[in-house]
Amino acid sequence: MTPGTPFTEIGSERRFGPYGGRYVPETLLPALDELERTWATLREDAGFQAELGTLLRDFVGRPSPLYLARRISERVGREVYLKREDLNHTGAHKINNAIGQCLIAKHMGKPRVIAETGAGQHGVATATAAALLDLECVIYMGVEDMRRQMPNVQRMRLLGTTVQPVESGARTLKEAVSQAFRDWVATVEDTHYVMGTAAGAAPFPSIVRDLQRIIGDEARAQILDAAGRLPDRVVACVGGGSNAIGIFTAFLDDPDVALLGVEPGGHGIETGAHGAVLAGGLEAGVLHGAMTPVMQDDRGQILEAHSISAGLDYPAVGPQHAWLRDTGRATYVPVGDADALRAFRTVSRLEGIIPALESSHALHHVLHVPAPDVEIEIVCLSGRGDKDMEHALAGLRELEGDDALAHTVAEPLGHDPVADQDGDGPQDGAEIR
Amino acid sequence: MSTEPTAPVLRGGAGEERIRRAFAEAPGDAALVAYAMGGFPDLETSRQVLRAYVEGGADVVELGIPYSDPLADGPIIHAAGTTALEAGVTVDDVLALGRELSDDVPVVLMTYANLVLRPGADVFARRLADAGFSGLIVPDLPVGEEATDVVSACDAAGVAFIPLVAPTTGEERVAEVRAAARGFLYAVSVVGTTGERSGSPADRFGEIVARAKGDGGTDVPVAIGFGIGDAEGARAAAAAGADGAIVGTRLVRAAGEERPVEAVRAVLADLASGLGR
Ligand SMILES: Cc1ncc(COP(=O)(O)O)c(C=O)c1O
Repeated sequence: MTPGTPFTEIGSERRFGPYGGRYVPETLLPALDELERTWATLREDAGFQAELGTLLRDFVGRPSPLYLARRISERVGREVYLKREDLNHTGAHKINNAIGQCLIAKHMGKPRVIAETGAGQHGVATATAAALLDLECVIYMGVEDMRRQMPNVQRMRLLGTTVQPVESGARTLKEAVSQAFRDWVATVEDTHYVMGTAAGAAPFPSIVRDLQRIIGDEARAQILDAAGRLPDRVVACVGGGSNAIGIFTAFLDDPDVALLGVEPGGHGIETGAHGAVLAGGLEAGVLHGAMTPVMQDDRGQILEAHSISAGLDYPAVGPQHAWLRDTGRATYVPVGDADALRAFRTVSRLEGIIPALESSHALHHVLHVPAPDVEIEIVCLSGRGDKDMEHALAGLRELEGDDALAHTVAEPLGHDPVADQDGDGPQDGAEIR
Repeated sequence: MSTEPTAPVLRGGAGEERIRRAFAEAPGDAALVAYAMGGFPDLETSRQVLRAYVEGGADVVELGIPYSDPLADGPIIHAAGTTALEAGVTVDDVLALGRELSDDVPVVLMTYANLVLRPGADVFARRLADAGFSGLIVPDLPVGEEATDVVSACDAAGVAFIPLVAPTTGEERVAEVRAAARGFLYAVSVVGTTGERSGSPADRFGEIVARAKGDGGTDVPVAIGFGIGDAEGARAAAAAGADGAIVGTRLVRAAGEERPVEAVRAVLADLASGLGR
């Protein structure tokens, strides 16, 4: 099929096998060219790398720990290490990319950044980087996601960012990306689009990967330190694919390390309400500037994805993942909503770590699918679950009833106003003793 | 490359020939290219609106297919597409609308890449030709690697592939895109999505058209679009030397009014007066 454009010519790949490319309005091509050229220079530039490295250390808190999760390991009978991206400032891996791209924007002399967000993590990360670097910032977010992730909306606003509600379509991530692209078409001369995942038009998939590969670079060194050898497997959840490609990249040339991406199975692939485009074997199409597997009808209209987790609720995937699947280097499996919700609770209770609902997809697979060939593995814990509390607890209650959290009931010593959903506990102003 | 060969044979075949003739024979100061969202607000009204385009003096009709993710469109055309999609309008419906018009006026399809690539470029181009369409505009398929297959498929089917240049497009690339243009070259007048603009268009159009035309080495017509909505805009386009004025959002807005056919007629009459007709 279409040959890959050689890396050396333009500084970053435009294609991964047949996937990728730049299917964008003519207006944006010069900006993509400029970005490609800028990154080709900056990624080799010692000054830029030092600036970025210092921020990642002192502002983000890198390196993030690689933590041997003892009770998960006991339960599954192998060593499971968690790469703790949840401990980064702002609570997810997204900040690695956001700071990098905002620095790039600064270097290009662009005073304004825009971004899309699903879970709100990329929005918060970009808002944070924009505050840090004194950039004007607008974040596009579907109103359905604003509902699911209210704390993150408030965070962005507190940080001085404008959150633009997006009303079209299913009001989730796909529409937010489309709206961000439309903004960019009109503002490209003074605005950089901080794409939040390893998808979209070239060079975004390569830039986001380059900025996220620190996850895998660190993890590789850390596991060699801790276990004295490479892991048998590396596991990550896949929305657009940035945390996954970030941790995979360091291991691509280690043929004995299996790479496993976990996609949102939603209500099940057979129902059509999911986002597992790789595991589901969907055909390639064009979305947001890239040729890549995408959910579409037989006429070519793009369909909405479904996932309990806003960060995975995307009907396509980064083009490099599609190529890793086709070449057999990585494998992709689905995990559904209910399983992810239960893993969210299980990991909280086993490890004292509340994982993001996104990461909970990967954790379910590790907890419940036997892996006889694996003795040591790393799971990318891409983010923390605070943002998901309300939505996930509601989901668990729907699944299991009001007792979803009451696995350890003690004799009540008083009225529990939180557990009381019907409001017959203490009312406003009433005393709680 | 700064000059381009004058092609002895039109690469876009019968479709290109027809579009070129429409530009050459347009009355007044420039050709009027009128855009409609196919099937908006519903199929029957759309049919009547398109009829009014022909009667109102459109020299070329540009017909849009409603699409789920139109990255180059502003809120009015996006919303019109959403309405048509929700009404169940399909690609086939829009092709049928075009077929009904194509005896009277050259029709070009405007659609996004995924709808073209889904059935395959060859199949899609042949369906267009069979439905009497003369040209194809794909705003998210820039000239170059991405467009190669579609351009050859259009050439083979006798459908003109009409590319766009933007104000952000550099000189060298403008020449490259112009050299690839069949039928006409679509010069986007603003950095932005489709939509009406305030402010005097005359200030901006001159440079846009001059850049699109280059230093005279081409005979491909240049039409300017995005933001033209009234007589003043049309007049400015012609005064700037454009061979055609493309009007979209204003007409789509009219088609969404309570009396769409009357509203569309009024807009077209205004535009015609701006074009010295
Ligand atoms: C914590 C977390 N993990 C994973 C994702 C999915 O994105 P990606 O596949 O780009 O890592 C998100 C997206 O918002 C997220 O917030």
